Amino acid sequence: MAKYAFFLGCIAPLRYPGIERSTRDVCKALGVELVDLKDASCCPAPGVIKSFSKDTWLAAAARNLALAEKEGLDILTICNGCYGSLFDAAHELHEDKKLLDSVNKILAEIGLKYSGGTKVRHFAEVLYKDVGVDKIKEAVKKPLDYKAAAFYGCHFLKPSGIKKLDDPENPKMLDELIAAVGAESMPRKQKMMCCGAGGGLRSQFGENAMQLTRANLENIKEGGASMIIDVCPFCHLQFDAGQKDSGFNFPVLHLSQLYGIAMGMDAKDLGLNAHVTPVKL
Amino acid sequence: MVTPAPTFTEEIAASGGSSIMQCFQCGTCTASCPSGKYMAYRTRKLMRAAQLGLKDETINSEDLWHCTTCYTCAERCPRDVKIVDIVTALRNIAVANGKLYEGHKKVAANLIKVGHTVDNNDKIKALRKELGLPESPPTVMVDAKAKADFDKILELTGFNKLVV
Repeated sequence: MAKYAFFLGCIAPLRYPGIERSTRDVCKALGVELVDLKDASCCPAPGVIKSFSKDTWLAAAARNLALAEKEGLDILTICNGCYGSLFDAAHELHEDKKLLDSVNKILAEIGLKYSGGTKVRHFAEVLYKDVGVDKIKEAVKKPLDYKAAAFYGCHFLKPSGIKKLDDPENPKMLDELIAAVGAESMPRKQKMMCCGAGGGLRSQFGENAMQLTRANLENIKEGGASMIIDVCPFCHLQFDAGQKDSGFNFPVLHLSQLYGIAMGMDAKDLGLNAHVTPVKL
Repeated sequence: MVTPAPTFTEEIAASGGSSIMQCFQCGTCTASCPSGKYMAYRTRKLMRAAQLGLKDETINSEDLWHCTTCYTCAERCPRDVKIVDIVTALRNIAVANGKLYEGHKKVAANLIKVGHTVDNNDKIKALRKELGLPESPPTVMVDAKAKADFDKILELTGFNKLVV
């Protein structure tokens, strides 16, 4: 059984704990063992925190990577921001020995060392590449005939040169993961456009962020989808909370919540009742 | 009168934006930018201003903070300019020069306080309990030693000084 250090991040455990719970249950059902990465912090966030200080971002990310390395486990994330930060930091430290040495001088002050061996994985790609669509299909107890909008977000596939997961302009992975439960992934214009939340835009220029969000919502509506499936709690927050008073009311589900429903888990265990935009399925 | 800073590109390179001089101003970035579609931010112009050493104009511009770091520009750049890394470098320089926004400071203040960019609250604690999860996640949030270690990282990398 595959075993990972479960990296929670911030938005999932502290705003949408249903995503945390459904990930735990879905992974268990699919034979992916999750061990809590105890004592972890924020990844740290690639938007605001990396924009403030790359040095802080790298050292704090290295601390998280070192904690997993100490446990002998690779990291599994459920958020594109966490995935982006930890993957990019691990890549930089792997490629640049001098940088690794300088970060280790900081980690030594707290009794840690990072050798550069932690792999960082995203929930969605572990399901796609390691578990596989066939096994997911077998685990589906309740096929869902939803028409869904696949929302990849940005930091899941990009920068594609180092992540090498899928075509960043025309990916298939999430669409196939959605189809695995019987749902249809609907086409739309500008499918890969950012949700608007990233890079600190949401936290300082919220109305500007909403311009991108609204454009996405219009494209989703035009494409004929009736719900949004995301793989990132930050996109999730932007769409779920952002639809308030917008005239749109698409239910917003993290992939783990979609899988929870399809695998027959109880809606109340998936935290769907806590969403801002009501989840009426 | 505009006074260029002659060593600005070196400063950008030292902050992780060493590909700045590769840009030949084709504008693919601007054409690809979702923020540029709705806001005044023009990626190509920002790259040119940075190349020309227009430090004050670059780091004091609100446009610099309209990039969502979506990477569409960098993916399509025919010169392999690491545009998002350059934006990040410019922001690091802006922050080091005291150019910070209140909304971002709040996020940073949460990181300093609890080790996460958002704090817990009573509503979330109740919801976590309902879901069979501990009231707080098993992170720096609930372990004083781990939080002290995390604080040390912030201190050694000068984070607190930037924000205060």
